[in-house]
Amino acid sequence: MSLRPDHAPSLIDETPGCGAADPQRAYEVRSIRFQYRPFSRVTDNWVLDGLTFAVDAGEILGIVGPNGSGKTSLLKLLARVLRPHVGDMALFGRDLGALSQVEVARTVAFVPQESPQVFSFTVMETVLMGRYPHFRGAKWSAGFGWESSEDVRIAEQAMQSTDLIHLAGRSVMDLSGGERQRCMIARALAQAPQVLLLDEPTAFLDIQHQIEICTIVRRLKEERGLTVVLVSHDLNLASQYCDRILMLKAGTLFRLGLPHEVIEVDVLRAVYGCDVLIDRHPESGAPRVTMPSYISTRNVRDRL
Amino acid sequence: MSMKFTTDHPRVSGLAEPVKKTMDASATLVSGGAGMVGGSVLNAGRWAAVMAPLVVISFAVLLICLQFGTQWIGFSQIVEIVWQVLREGTVDSDRIGVTGVILTQVRLPRVLLGFLVGSCLASVGVVLQALLRNPLADPYVLGVSSGAALGVALAILLGAGTTIVTFSVLPLCGFAGGLLSLAVVYRMAVSYGRLPIHALLLAGVILNAIFSAMIMFVTSIMEPNRSVGTMTWLMGTLTAPSYPALAILAFYLLGGIFLLLKQARRLNVLTFGEESARSLGIDTEQVKRVVYVLSALITGAVVSVSGMIGFVGMVIPHAVRFLLGADHRLLLPASACVGGMYLVIADTLARTLLTPTEIPVGIVTAMAGGPFFIYLLVWRKDRFA
Repeated sequence: MSLRPDHAPSLIDETPGCGAADPQRAYEVRSIRFQYRPFSRVTDNWVLDGLTFAVDAGEILGIVGPNGSGKTSLLKLLARVLRPHVGDMALFGRDLGALSQVEVARTVAFVPQESPQVFSFTVMETVLMGRYPHFRGAKWSAGFGWESSEDVRIAEQAMQSTDLIHLAGRSVMDLSGGERQRCMIARALAQAPQVLLLDEPTAFLDIQHQIEICTIVRRLKEERGLTVVLVSHDLNLASQYCDRILMLKAGTLFRLGLPHEVIEVDVLRAVYGCDVLIDRHPESGAPRVTMPSYISTRNVRDRL
Repeated sequence: MSMKFTTDHPRVSGLAEPVKKTMDASATLVSGGAGMVGGSVLNAGRWAAVMAPLVVISFAVLLICLQFGTQWIGFSQIVEIVWQVLREGTVDSDRIGVTGVILTQVRLPRVLLGFLVGSCLASVGVVLQALLRNPLADPYVLGVSSGAALGVALAILLGAGTTIVTFSVLPLCGFAGGLLSLAVVYRMAVSYGRLPIHALLLAGVILNAIFSAMIMFVTSIMEPNRSVGTMTWLMGTLTAPSYPALAILAFYLLGGIFLLLKQARRLNVLTFGEESARSLGIDTEQVKRVVYVLSALITGAVVSVSGMIGFVGMVIPHAVRFLLGADHRLLLPASACVGGMYLVIADTLARTLLTPTEIPVGIVTAMAGGPFFIYLLVWRKDRFA
């Protein structure tokens, strides 16, 4: 796993293969294929197989799909935590593969589904870690530098955006699930990113905290013009809070479009292999997915 | 009290600098706990304010422990001897007397060695705990120390050192064994080009078991007099080294700690998971490689001079983290100081408890550290389950 050497920004724009890339697009992904390779052998099990799509700057894109359809892998590819084996990706018109990890980190912030928290860092210390890619001192001292007062100010702003400032001195291990998730989002905001990648941001959270996180994400998009890509199992949440939805099926793009174009009975039947009821959200009119009642699943039970 | 401050926050926060300070102070009050430093931020000033007293206390502990031994050497006597040595530039027994020789040739090098060994064990403990994301990790978990011990035991078997702790080829065999076991652990644990933590831990456990058996085998086929010496060394013993050897060792080990310190901020981020660290722009594989190799080298050298001294690498980082917080920029050097003091005190007990006999210091640290380990496992398991 050797990383490519850093390139000067001027070189990146001239990198062949991304000449046509549009800087107005947060991401342009062209026919990427990816697999996890044990012992570096290429197998036929492509986790992602030939995906092509674009993410517009300033939109919230929801990635949905069944378990194992490659949602999280796709998000990690966007974060450059993983790299595609075939195909290329552009980040604001620049070849993602040619950027250094630090350069990516200054533009893209990634919040994994779960972050192990073993040691009692305070919330403030944790959020300040988001400033690592912006370290201004000499390169050799990056591993031991101190945060500047500007770093502290940005971290405090991030904690305000996520309503955490009153917990600044608390240990992350003493936080509730929702507070913990907010803390990791605050750390991502401290990176001052243009793109925020969230992996299941509301998993294991109760409904109050789900609304809280979604409202924060929505507000960040509106106030800071942040581009957000989020992975979710919750179709209703994606339908309500996302501008567009990308439906994955077994590593391929099944459909990409506005919520009402993707959340359809036929699409869900084809992707998930089950029938659901779809009506409208009483407030927003966004499509709403409901599990069929016990009575209407009788046919399924008879078949079993 | 805490309610008042909590409710104050939304109003206060995000304003000018003095207001921020108020907030920091109140956050400290809110958290209240001994180990919590509140919303205050670690900076060069606070770092120095903690490290300076620690260094002073370390010197004080060294000085106090120098007085103890089979023969009591008072503080005034120590000053007198040091003054004499400095003035005359000699450590000849005719000039400084028997007490002087005991102090300068036996006790001082041993105390310094103890401090060095304790510092290294605690530092390696800190960084391994961070990388393995497990507060129970110890330099011994990876099997590096038993690999180093096997290397040294083999060298003794083949007649490399006639006395047990000589600064000859033994440290080299220690590095070789440590690096070999590290390479094997790495090979066993690596998959998909990555190093999953649980695979690494398991590989370390397996290797430890195999190497322990091999060490016992090697010891059992030695000549009886060598085997006794090897057993004593394995239990963890400090013996006074010569000054040139001590200087080389100090240069090498302190250099290692310095290089580890240069990874401190990255280690902070790594405790939150590797993918999250990579997304913050950290080359995690590189950091892991650097830290593991440095840990192997430091452990190899330490084991070759002092045998298997356990639990220092686990107890000290834990205690220091509780008192000073988890930031490795402060945790690592503070643990080095406290680890040094701890081992010097343990060794002083080992030298004096059963005079004129000595207890291996490894037994003293195990007696103190074992119950602490049990306490963590039984009463604090919620913290790292």
